[in-house]
Amino acid sequence: MPQFNVIGTSPPRLDGREKVLGQAPFIADVPIPGCWVGGVVASPVPHGRIRAIVRDPAFDWSRVVFVDAASLPCRNFVHMVRDDFPILAEEKVTFVTQAVALVAGPDRATVDEALRHVTVDIEPLPAVFSVDEALKGEVVVWGEDNVIDEYRIDRGDVKKAFAEADLVVEGDYATGLHEQLYLENQGMAAIPRDDGSLEIVGSMQCPYYVQGALEQALGLAPERLRVKPCVTGGGFGGKEDYPSVLALWTAVLALKSGRPVRILYERGQDLQSTPKRHPSTTRIRTAVRRDGTITGLEIELRFNGGAFTTLSRVVQQRGMLHCQGAYRIANVAIHSLTVATNMVPSGAYRGFGAPQGLFAIERHMDRIARELALDPLDVRLKNIVDEGDTFPCGQKLKGVFARQVLERAAELSGYRKKRALYAQGSEGPLRRGIGLSVAFHGGGFTGSGEATMGTVVRIDYDGAFSLHVSSTDMGQGALTVLPMIAAEALGLRPDEIAAPRPDTAVCPNSGPTVASRTTMYVGRVVTEACKALIDELRTFLAYQEGISPRAIAFTKGALHCRSRSWTVAQAARARCDAQGPFSVEGRLPQEAAACFNLDRFEGEAYRSYAWIAQAVEVAVNVDTYEVKPLEATIVAEIGRAIHPVLVEGQIAGGFLQALGWSHIEDLTVTPEGRFSADQLNAYLIPTTLDTPQWHIDVMEEPCDVGAYGAKGLGELPMNGAAPAALSAVENATGVFGTEIPLTGEKLFRLIEAQGGTER
Amino acid sequence: MEKTIRFHLNEKPLEVSCPVHWTLLELIRDRLGLTGTKGGCREGECGTCTVIVDGRNVNSCMMLAVDVAGRSVTTVEGLERNGELHPLQKAFIAKGAIQCGFCTPGMLMSAKALLDANPRPSRSEIRKALSGNLCRCTGYEKIFEAIESVGAGEIFDVDDGVWQAIEQVQKPRD
Ligand code: FES
Ligand code: FES
Repeated sequence: MPQFNVIGTSPPRLDGREKVLGQAPFIADVPIPGCWVGGVVASPVPHGRIRAIVRDPAFDWSRVVFVDAASLPCRNFVHMVRDDFPILAEEKVTFVTQAVALVAGPDRATVDEALRHVTVDIEPLPAVFSVDEALKGEVVVWGEDNVIDEYRIDRGDVKKAFAEADLVVEGDYATGLHEQLYLENQGMAAIPRDDGSLEIVGSMQCPYYVQGALEQALGLAPERLRVKPCVTGGGFGGKEDYPSVLALWTAVLALKSGRPVRILYERGQDLQSTPKRHPSTTRIRTAVRRDGTITGLEIELRFNGGAFTTLSRVVQQRGMLHCQGAYRIANVAIHSLTVATNMVPSGAYRGFGAPQGLFAIERHMDRIARELALDPLDVRLKNIVDEGDTFPCGQKLKGVFARQVLERAAELSGYRKKRALYAQGSEGPLRRGIGLSVAFHGGGFTGSGEATMGTVVRIDYDGAFSLHVSSTDMGQGALTVLPMIAAEALGLRPDEIAAPRPDTAVCPNSGPTVASRTTMYVGRVVTEACKALIDELRTFLAYQEGISPRAIAFTKGALHCRSRSWTVAQAARARCDAQGPFSVEGRLPQEAAACFNLDRFEGEAYRSYAWIAQAVEVAVNVDTYEVKPLEATIVAEIGRAIHPVLVEGQIAGGFLQALGWSHIEDLTVTPEGRFSADQLNAYLIPTTLDTPQWHIDVMEEPCDVGAYGAKGLGELPMNGAAPAALSAVENATGVFGTEIPLTGEKLFRLIEAQGGTER
Repeated sequence: MEKTIRFHLNEKPLEVSCPVHWTLLELIRDRLGLTGTKGGCREGECGTCTVIVDGRNVNSCMMLAVDVAGRSVTTVEGLERNGELHPLQKAFIAKGAIQCGFCTPGMLMSAKALLDANPRPSRSEIRKALSGNLCRCTGYEKIFEAIESVGAGEIFDVDDGVWQAIEQVQKPRD
């Protein structure tokens, strides 16, 4: 076990003080002199042809600026995976809330008044909201057939496996919309500068995505587009793509008015118009031996993408590469589709497709157990993936700890004893149940994404060290953890390295803050920059001392030659005094990135996987159909816990979001195409009264890619809590839920259909 | 229509006028420029706008500004004393009770109102007292721990880079 000075300690987060003082600048808090307010003319219908945008002459339009597609001063698209998402609708609208025009004025009241004086005359068209309807092809929302993307993986001989099976187990599973519900609503401002450049400030995960979208649509050079995230009040994926849309809206209004313009979403607007987790349906067929061994697996995984591509393609890829579960299955056929509907485009949410696929396969494991009268844990252990096994994309696995986390979670939670005990039922309205799941998450971008990203970080020294990345701290602690990594590598204290919030005029592109990649990959690149810094100092000292650089060693946090030694701080100071401030960069070595063939869906999908098992214990009230979480035992193998307290925070926070999704976070599309919630009281998330007792156990088996062995963590705890909770409900009541959220109403119906819970 | 009111804000007397339909949140943020208090929903559901009025935590988005006339209001800006963080602020940092920080000011105010009334609350009393304050990031556990640590008299020094209690002060029990 290597000895660390900084890694594995939990220093106070660097932004803690400003946050407890209420001084952390969120976008709504930042004073912007002379700032106008922006507003959106949103489509009231889910599908229709725009006949006219009518501005009532009763309003004095000289008080505001107004922009529609025809008067846009730029190309009309928001650059994402495809460039199909228009800044403003042109001829057609394809979802409710789609922006048709923009208004900016000196204050909220004026803008609201202007918005009341705009009518969009739309000829309504029939709309579709579900994948099944959309696939009929009667209503075309996108492309020719509404199919946004389609992929297949075929491995082994599935036909033969089914022909020889003792038993074929089939099931259908569904997951619902899931709102990120960052507590800070989306917000963005664009500030025009005298030299014709634009400054964008706001709440976001990915400053360079925003800059790229502006660059492509406005045709301005990147140097003239300065993007500076404010403190970001939670993201969870929800501030990955949408900030690019808001940035373009405010930019267009700022260019048109010549003034700064800010758009701050209210909660209802945020709920109604921003991307959610893709609803999914999954059909699974398995060929099974009587002892529970799965010999063949067929999966059809479908995502409801909403009206445009946004990030769907990549969500779907990740879903596909996780949907077989943490199992060793030789013969596999996976087919996945993302289908367009007249719903607000779906987007990124922690887990990014993986939680949907894992929900289905984990429930299916429980179903196999049920049909064979085996324990779900035994069926899992029978098929669990081990070191050297192969995933369906042909990846031979290293660093596999699925069995270890699962066995440990079962042991720590007392799963076997409790599962047997609770299955016997009990008197009174409260029924206890326990369920478990095993899951994993690939760290970093899917496939070759990290190889092509070109992640760069920079360390500056001008009397003090500063570390520059484009990774944002949206609460996960990136700007505490990354300097810790540098401090460890340089033998410094973490507080000797400043890590300012990103600013594209200053920071290099270390990539978007997504995909559980920041600690693992950006952290790795930080260590590379530290190596470059040491080399730089070594060269300087050698020159000064008149010796060969090879005569200077870096050990135990200091540089030594035969006669002298320098701490990194001393050496940097000497270099700066002699030659002025200096900088070094770090880049990702090619061998640290995965190599994957996306056309054939073959190769190394991710360089490393983190593993998690979760045992959830609940009490179901069979009078009120309320499900109360009692205990959660979570065992996670994450490579290296750089900052154990932040690790626990990620695990508990992610788990609770997943638990909310499993039973209370209920969002649907109304027949008019709107989301069912306009306010928080119609979309409930877990409160302080809804948390279990936690038992969090972290295992560290360093991988050879991430910083000090760290694997991706952020999304991992989102994977697997939902199926474990439904398995617990099954244990408590006997009913087998296949669809989340398993709301009280749905649970009531299942229990009724079963004829009650008396056993 | 504007109305002039007098009240105490963070222990200082204040006279201010504002439109009669304004909420306390609007007065605090938009007129007084104290942006530590947040507006996550402006409909009484999230608790990010929590302030203390005469010792009780309230959602400032649900209270009319003119209704604080003659009363005493504390916002998150009023927690720090002469550059010294309030024990709750220190404990929130030390225990990892903060992630994005958007819920933090409101959480701190609800926690303060609780501890002022009940210096050693039980876990279930903490849960109840904070049930109007949502946090999407932390899973709440570290927030509970932070409040419990203050209840137990632990004092943290968060400036020395060390994440531990430096002093265990036994609070007098009354
Ligand atoms: S802003 Fe007042 S409760 Fe949400
Ligand atoms: S820390 Fe982000 S909402 Fe609580």
